[in-house]
Amino acid sequence: MACKGANMEFFLQLLVNGLSVGLLYGLSALGFVMIFKSSSVLNFAHGELLTIGAFLFLVLVTWARLPIPFAFLITLIGCFTLGFIVERLFLRPLIGESLIYVIMLTVGLASMFKGLLLFVFGGNLHTYPDFLPEGLAIHFGAIYVPPVYVASSIIGIIFLLLFGLFFKYSPQGIYMRSVADNQTASLSLGVHVKKVFALSWAIAALVAGMSGIVLGIINGTNVHEISAIGLKVFPVVILGGLDSIGGAIIGGIIIGLLETFTGGYISPSLRDVIPYIVLVFILLVKPYGLFGLVEIERV
Amino acid sequence: MRKLQFHPCGNFNERYEQELAIFETDFGRVWLWIGLFVLFAVIPVISGPYMLYVLNMIGIASIAAIGLNILIGFTGQISLGHGAFLGVGAYSGAILAISLGFPFWLAVPAAGIITAMVGMVFGIPSVRLKGLYLTIATLAGQFIIEYDLVHWEGLTRGTMGIILPTATIFGMELDSDRSFFYVIYICLVCIALIAVNIMRTKYGRAFIAIRDNDRAAEGMGIPIFYYKLLSFGISSFYAGIAGAIWAFYMISITTEPFTLGLSIEYIAIVIIGGLGSIPGAIYGAIFITGLNEILRWATDIFMNMGISTGFGLNLAALREFVFGLVIVLFILFEPKGLAEVWRIIRSNFRLWPFSY
Amino acid sequence: MTNNILLQLNNISVVYSDVIQVLKGVSLAVKKNHIVSLLGSNGAGKTTTLKAISGLLKPENGKVTEGSIVYDGMSIQNSAPETITRQGIIQVLEGRQPFKYLTIEENLRVGTATRWTRPYKKDIEMVYSYFPALVTRRKALAGYCSGGELQMLVMGRALMAHPRLLLLDEPSLGLAPLVVKEIFRIIKRINKEQETTIILVEQNANMALQIAHYGYVMENGKIVMEGKAKDLKENPDVKEFYLGVGAGGMARSYRDVKSYRRRKRWL
Repeated sequence: MACKGANMEFFLQLLVNGLSVGLLYGLSALGFVMIFKSSSVLNFAHGELLTIGAFLFLVLVTWARLPIPFAFLITLIGCFTLGFIVERLFLRPLIGESLIYVIMLTVGLASMFKGLLLFVFGGNLHTYPDFLPEGLAIHFGAIYVPPVYVASSIIGIIFLLLFGLFFKYSPQGIYMRSVADNQTASLSLGVHVKKVFALSWAIAALVAGMSGIVLGIINGTNVHEISAIGLKVFPVVILGGLDSIGGAIIGGIIIGLLETFTGGYISPSLRDVIPYIVLVFILLVKPYGLFGLVEIERV
Repeated sequence: MRKLQFHPCGNFNERYEQELAIFETDFGRVWLWIGLFVLFAVIPVISGPYMLYVLNMIGIASIAAIGLNILIGFTGQISLGHGAFLGVGAYSGAILAISLGFPFWLAVPAAGIITAMVGMVFGIPSVRLKGLYLTIATLAGQFIIEYDLVHWEGLTRGTMGIILPTATIFGMELDSDRSFFYVIYICLVCIALIAVNIMRTKYGRAFIAIRDNDRAAEGMGIPIFYYKLLSFGISSFYAGIAGAIWAFYMISITTEPFTLGLSIEYIAIVIIGGLGSIPGAIYGAIFITGLNEILRWATDIFMNMGISTGFGLNLAALREFVFGLVIVLFILFEPKGLAEVWRIIRSNFRLWPFSY
Repeated sequence: MTNNILLQLNNISVVYSDVIQVLKGVSLAVKKNHIVSLLGSNGAGKTTTLKAISGLLKPENGKVTEGSIVYDGMSIQNSAPETITRQGIIQVLEGRQPFKYLTIEENLRVGTATRWTRPYKKDIEMVYSYFPALVTRRKALAGYCSGGELQMLVMGRALMAHPRLLLLDEPSLGLAPLVVKEIFRIIKRINKEQETTIILVEQNANMALQIAHYGYVMENGKIVMEGKAKDLKENPDVKEFYLGVGAGGMARSYRDVKSYRRRKRWL
């Protein structure tokens, strides 16, 4: 009986861990979906955007010793600006070029950013000072949810709502979707397409920066580890459908649960590939992901 | 004897053979023979061991890059799993040689065939997937193969790696860079010729049709799934050959090199060389391998300098940065790649001094 | 008198990719509150003319190389589409290009891009009053709507911007005759009630000349004929080549085939 109880506890703890890791993945994927939704660009530099956010915060908090909320705000503004600049310098000349060039450009950018970050910070682990109040933690019987996970869940849900509303109802959100849909038609109606691209990169970088901070709080900041999360974003967004905000969160949760349960019950080494294996099978059954828009093609 | 033709003078073909010729003029053919002579008779003699090593790496990269260019540049299916296929080739070559005692000349093509089959398996998602979704599926393939190479220890000995026997061919031991140079470049020449010719057949035209518009191609009666699979097969066959030769050349292999980074490097080769151009794949391989060597060399120098100052440690990071920068600059300024640069230079020479 | 003219094209040439010349000196004038129709066979340069006005040449690597386009006293050739649309020139693209993944109502809202800070509810009601067929489909994805609905949708979308000059590119393309009639009736109404000036490019010359005030005929990148719509309709050449009515009635004996010789005497 005791054994069964322990089993149950183990299961629940895995469930909670999975959920919170999943929410984190979903949060990291949000920015990625933003860019894809407005400009159909698959951003391989997303992991590096996360890392830049995490390290900018690190610099502001530990080196410049700014107060936390202030540092948080400046990091977000910095990331926003960075996204804007990246779009302006690198992506804009490629408007209208074929897919593979854009993909490769982001791969090149990823490599550049990673190189720079490694150059400045090295491959070591850095940590933030502890600042989240312990009161945020949730104790549920023997199950313990650390404050970071609670905070990241709250942030994740808030942003999910914000973006959902933004895309569904705000004019800029609708223009972004229209540009993703048919660029020429948006131009003919006076949508400022370049502004839309710039804005979506800026917002994506902002969200990425914030997710980077949360990731940094949990595991500390390490260039290699955080940028690797950028690759985990792919199964997450594909599962959810590349263009669905809600899908990104749900995809994140599915991947998170999958990982922790495989790690807990089957083998820890299988943990990192299982998302990809599941991904292939899901794609075979549902080629546009679970919540992605089916491509409406008329010849 | 007819007069040799050195300049194309308009597009006037009188016989079908002329249409079918690879080289429009005798000029090109003469250059080809001169080039082959220099390649096989002069270069190996004058190059030192390090130079030969670099040339061999270029040759191997070219073989794999030609394969990837068939898939990406001609068929339009973007694959992020080429590095893993190279690994499959290397490991199947090694395992065949060790466990079944296959000789070198048999192990390499066999590895190619095995890799082609694996490639086709991972090409299956292309039935239903297109564009970005397919790219991600190949990314999944990359991770799954990588995992298998590390964790299928009964077969691959995991992270321990495999030591291969010395390759022999026709009773000769391939134990020097020079002997491998001949093997690699004979392979490369054959494989490049085969690739050029495939692109001129019905298969090549079907690939190009699928790249340009797969729905229209299907409407024209091209069984697109069959051809997509075939393209995956051919491309990974090339990767398998390259991987197996690489394994024999390196003598010992581990799972380490065959990561996503390698796949990306190959896409970079294909793009920098020029999508949809077989010579382009070779130019790209020369460029990237050369860049890698130069960066490694620069890193070494700075490392030695930096031992006293502690500054040299991070130069590996700078290497990554330069690599990314080169890709970005190429895409921004010459997206058609080195093949296009070469074409422009050549036609400038030919048309000089009247540029029109 | 010139005050009356909203848009004037003075001898413009358009070249694509620096090599392909499509328009070779096109001049036309559009009076305020008029419907002007632009007729011509395929490849005559009608769509290019519209794109030259709306600034959409740029994404296709085209350029106005000579001449000027004067709209309301300002010269607008080669301006960015963002600026031109904000002056009140909206083009409805050929072949109905809806935003497939947006609902009908969201599609309409994209039309407010030129003035997105102002309220839009009333305008949507206005569009629905012109195109009542859209009301029942307002929550449907545009990708799943019929051709007729889509044509109404793209026109409604353009109306949302309150255009002063509306450029319509083949609104009747691929639609059933009854729907075409309906669309043209609505165009006429829009012109009257919204005081919108309209340039109408059409293959269906008969319909176009019925509602237009003035017409131009294009051929090979040039304007070859112009006149009041009524006059054009009576012109024997237009009749034969665009309206499909043989000169001198329907009877065509073998001898009349000679009339082919007379074909297009303006060339």
